[in-house]
Amino acid sequence: MTGFKFCEKLRSAEGGQNFHLTVFGEEPLPAYDRVHLSSYIAGTTAEELLMAPRTWYQENQIDLRTNELIVSIDRKKKTVKGHTGVEVPYDILILATGSGAFVPSVEGVEKKGVFVYRTLEDLDAIVSYAKNVKSAAVMGGGLLGLEAAKSVLDLGLEAHVVEFAPRLMPRQLDEAASAVLQKKLEDLGIHIHLNKNTRRINGNGKLTGLEFMDDTSLPVDMLVISAGIKPRDELAVSSGLEKAPRGGFVVNEYMQTSDESIYAIGEAASCNNSVYGLIAPCYEMATQVVNQLTGQAVRPFKGFDMSTKLKLIGIDVASFGDPFATGKEAKSIVYEDSVKGLYKRINITPDGKNLLGGILVGDASSYNMLWQMVQNSLPVPSVPESLILNIGKASEHQGAGIENLPADAQICSCENITKGAICKAIEEGGLTQLSEIKSCTKAGTGCGGCMPMISDLLKYQLNAMGKQVRNVLCEHFGYSRQELLDIIKVKEIKSYEVLLDEFGKGDGCEVCKPAVASILASVWNELITKQDTIQDTNDRFLANIQRGGTYSVVPRIPGGEITPEKLIVIGEVARKYGLYTKITGGQRIDLFGARVDQLPDIWEELINAGFESGHAYGKSLRTVKSCVGTTWCRFGVQDAVSFAIQVEERYRGLRSPHKLKGAVSGCIRECAEAQSKDFGIIATEKGWNLYVCGNGGSKPQHAQLLATDLDSATCLRYIDRFLMFYIRTAEPLNRTATWLNKMEGGIDYLRDVVVNDSLNIGAELENEMTRMIETYACEWKEVVNNPELRARFRHFVNVEENDPTMAFQEMRGQKIPASWG
Amino acid sequence: MITELEKYRNTDFSKVTHWYKAAPVGSFPENGGACIKYKDLQVAVFNFSRRKEWYACQNLCPHKMQMILSRGMIGSEGEEPKVACPFHKKTFSLKSGKNMNGDGCDIATYPVKIQDGFVFVGFEA
Repeated sequence: MTGFKFCEKLRSAEGGQNFHLTVFGEEPLPAYDRVHLSSYIAGTTAEELLMAPRTWYQENQIDLRTNELIVSIDRKKKTVKGHTGVEVPYDILILATGSGAFVPSVEGVEKKGVFVYRTLEDLDAIVSYAKNVKSAAVMGGGLLGLEAAKSVLDLGLEAHVVEFAPRLMPRQLDEAASAVLQKKLEDLGIHIHLNKNTRRINGNGKLTGLEFMDDTSLPVDMLVISAGIKPRDELAVSSGLEKAPRGGFVVNEYMQTSDESIYAIGEAASCNNSVYGLIAPCYEMATQVVNQLTGQAVRPFKGFDMSTKLKLIGIDVASFGDPFATGKEAKSIVYEDSVKGLYKRINITPDGKNLLGGILVGDASSYNMLWQMVQNSLPVPSVPESLILNIGKASEHQGAGIENLPADAQICSCENITKGAICKAIEEGGLTQLSEIKSCTKAGTGCGGCMPMISDLLKYQLNAMGKQVRNVLCEHFGYSRQELLDIIKVKEIKSYEVLLDEFGKGDGCEVCKPAVASILASVWNELITKQDTIQDTNDRFLANIQRGGTYSVVPRIPGGEITPEKLIVIGEVARKYGLYTKITGGQRIDLFGARVDQLPDIWEELINAGFESGHAYGKSLRTVKSCVGTTWCRFGVQDAVSFAIQVEERYRGLRSPHKLKGAVSGCIRECAEAQSKDFGIIATEKGWNLYVCGNGGSKPQHAQLLATDLDSATCLRYIDRFLMFYIRTAEPLNRTATWLNKMEGGIDYLRDVVVNDSLNIGAELENEMTRMIETYACEWKEVVNNPELRARFRHFVNVEENDPTMAFQEMRGQKIPASWG
Repeated sequence: MITELEKYRNTDFSKVTHWYKAAPVGSFPENGGACIKYKDLQVAVFNFSRRKEWYACQNLCPHKMQMILSRGMIGSEGEEPKVACPFHKKTFSLKSGKNMNGDGCDIATYPVKIQDGFVFVGFEA
C-alpha cells in the first residue's frame, strides 16, 4: 500500500512524471488494501481490494512486475536482481517491502492447521482449511488479532482469542476499557483467554490444541497467528544496509537508509527505533520521499501520532493522544456504563486546560472532535466531563464544534488533508457530495476514519456558504457580478482599469479580469481585442489553447450546415498548415495544432472564403445544433435547419457568464438533443416548444419547458429575454442550469419573468439584445485587417523564431502534441 | 523536459553580469507580457504599467511544463504582484517566483531595467 501510495503521489506531483518507475511485487496481485483484509472473508473480492487495477499502472507509465521477488541489491552497480535472475538498474531505490506476520518461536508452529493472517493467499488457505473444522484460535489480542477473530467468526467457527498480555489491545486500551471490550466480544460468542503464554502447539502432524505455560490447554482445530508484524528487511543483510535491532531498514528522518540512493518507507522502515504499522504514518513517509525527489519542501519525519479508531465486529474502539497518561502530568475522567457496554476516558492536564488523550469503547462518535482537540491544543471546556457525557449539547457550544477548528487542523491523517483544504474544495469546486470530496481531495480514501468529520464539515461549509450575504468577485472588488454589471451600465464604464480605479482596489487578478471583460463585452459589445490583457489566453488570442501551447481554430458553421466548397476550404487550410482535424460535438470542425503566429494567416484564408469566428474560445454562444428537419426528413414537422441558422446568427458573438449552447429539433424525436442545451427548441405541429437551462458536461441536467407552441418571432423574443436576464443576473462561470438551480422559485419564477414579464423588464431586455445583435462584428475579421493587432500574434518579440520546444508526433495519420517526459 | 526546467535559475540583481537588450518598451503590452529569447532561454517579460513596474520570469510553467507564462494574466494578491498560468491558473509571485498556490514548484525570476526606451533583462551569464 505504501509503495502504491508512493507511485500515486509521485505521478501527481509536479515534475513527478519525469521519472521512469519500475515496481516489483512478490505477490501475484498488484498492491491491495490490507487495512480492509477481513472484508475479503466477508465477501469483498480481490479485485475490489486492489488499490488500483493494472491498467492504472499502464496509464501512468509504471512498469509493474508482479510475482517477482527482489533477492539482492548490488549497491555498487546500482542494480536489483529478481528471483528469476533479471537485473534492473536504478538511480533511486525505494524499499517499500512492508512486513510479514511475526511468528513467535513456539514448538509446533509448523503443524498443519497453523496459519498467519497477512496476505490474500493466507486468507484463501484459511478459508479452505476452515471448511473441514469447527473451532479456531487466534494468537494475539491486538488490533490485528481481533480483526482475524472477526474473520474466524465470519467463517462460522467457534472463535478463541489468546493474548499474552493481561488485556486486549494492550497498546491502545487500559484494563477497564479492555474489560468492557472483552464483555462485548464474549456476548458475540468470541472466547477470550488473557495472560496466556503458549508453550506448545499440540497435535500429530495436524494441530489439535494449544498448551499454555500455566499448564492449562485449549483444544482447537486451527490456529491463526496474528501476534504482530515483522518488517520485510531480508535485503538489509545481503546488501549491507543497516538493520534495526528490532527489525526494519534503519532510516533517518528523511527516510534515507545508510545508502543515500536508497530509501525505505512503510512498515519496512525503522525510524528512531520505531516501526510504524498504521497507514497514516506510512503514507506520510511516501509523501516525504516524493517531496524530496521532486524538489518540494521537506519536513523531517518526527514520529507520528498513533491515534486510531476502528469498528471491531460492530464495536467502536478508539484510542488517541496519550491514552494512559496518569500521575502528576494528568488527571483522568472516566465514564463507564456496563449495561450499555460503554467506556470513555479522557486525560487532561492538571490545570484542566488541555486534553492529552483518551480511550473510547462502545461509542466513539466523539473521537474526531477529541482527537482534534489534542492535535490542535484546543481549550478544554470548563465542564470537561461534557466532552464524554451527553449533557445537552454542551460539547457543541464549548469549543469542540467543527467551526472552531483552525483551518490547518488535519482532518484526514492518512492523506494529510486539512480542514482548510476541504472547505476550499467544497467552495471552489461547488461540491455537495461526500464522494466528490473524496475524489477531489483524496480525503477519506485511506482508513476512512475521518468520514463522519468530513460529513460534518460538508454540512457546515454548505451552511456557511448558504448564509453568505455578500458574494463578492474576489479580493479586488467588493461586489457581486450583478452589482458590477449595474455599476458598469449606470456609470458607463468601458474599461477594466477605470472600474478598478473607481470601484476596486489592488491590481486585479485572473478571477476579476476575465469576469469584468465578460461583463464589458455583454454590456457594450466592443471588440474584446481592445483590452486584450484582461482576457483569458483563449480570448486574448481568439483561439483555444491546447496541450503544448498550440491553439485550435473553429470557424462558425451555423446549424451545422456547410457547402462542399467550404468543406474543401477547411480541408485545404488544414493541409496547408498541417493541422489535426476533428468534428466537434457542436456540428462543426476543429483545426488543432496552429502556432500562435499562424493564427492570423489561417483566419485570413478562412475569412476570404466566407467563414467567420466560431467563438469557440469565448464564454459566449457556441453553436445551435440542428437535425435536418422538414427539408429532408420524412418525420420532420418544421424546418429545423433554417431556424437553427437564424438563431445561431442572431446570437453569435454574444458574451455571457459562461458558454451558451442551443439546438433545434425538427420533431418530437429530438435528434438535435435540444433538451441538453442552454436553450433548446423542439418543433411541434403548431410551432416550437422552448426548453431552457439544460446542459451536458460533468453534471448533466435536462432543460425545462418554458413555453409551448410558439411562432418563430415569439420564440426568438423569449430567448432574447431569457439570455439577457441570464447575462444580467448570473454569477461568473455559472451555466444556465446552475443559475436556475440557485434561482428562488425556479422555472416558474423564470417563466413569470420571461413569458409573463412580471418584472416589467421584457422590453428593456429585448432592446439590449437588439443592440447586441446590431453591433456584432467578427473579431477575427478585425484582427486580420489590422496590422497592429496582427503583430501581437508571435511567440517571441525579440527574434523571428517560433517556440523551439514545440514538438509533435503522429497518430492515425495526423499530428498530435508530443508527450513530454 | 526536466533538463529544460533546470536551465532557469533565479537571478539576483546584484549577481547580474550581462544586461541583455531585449526589445523596445512598446513590444510589451500594458499590464501584460510577452516572451523573449536569450540564448536557449525563454523569458516572459511583464509590463506592469499599473504599478509602473517591470518583471521577468521563466516562460516555462513547471506544473505541466508548458512554455506559456508570458501569455498569463498578471495581478496582485495583497501587495504581491503575480502571474497566473493560462493553462491551470497556477499563480506565481513575480517578485520571488514563489508558487502562490501552496503546492508545487517555484519559478525563476530575472531583474529588468529600462534604458533609452529599451527593455534589458539581467542574466548571470
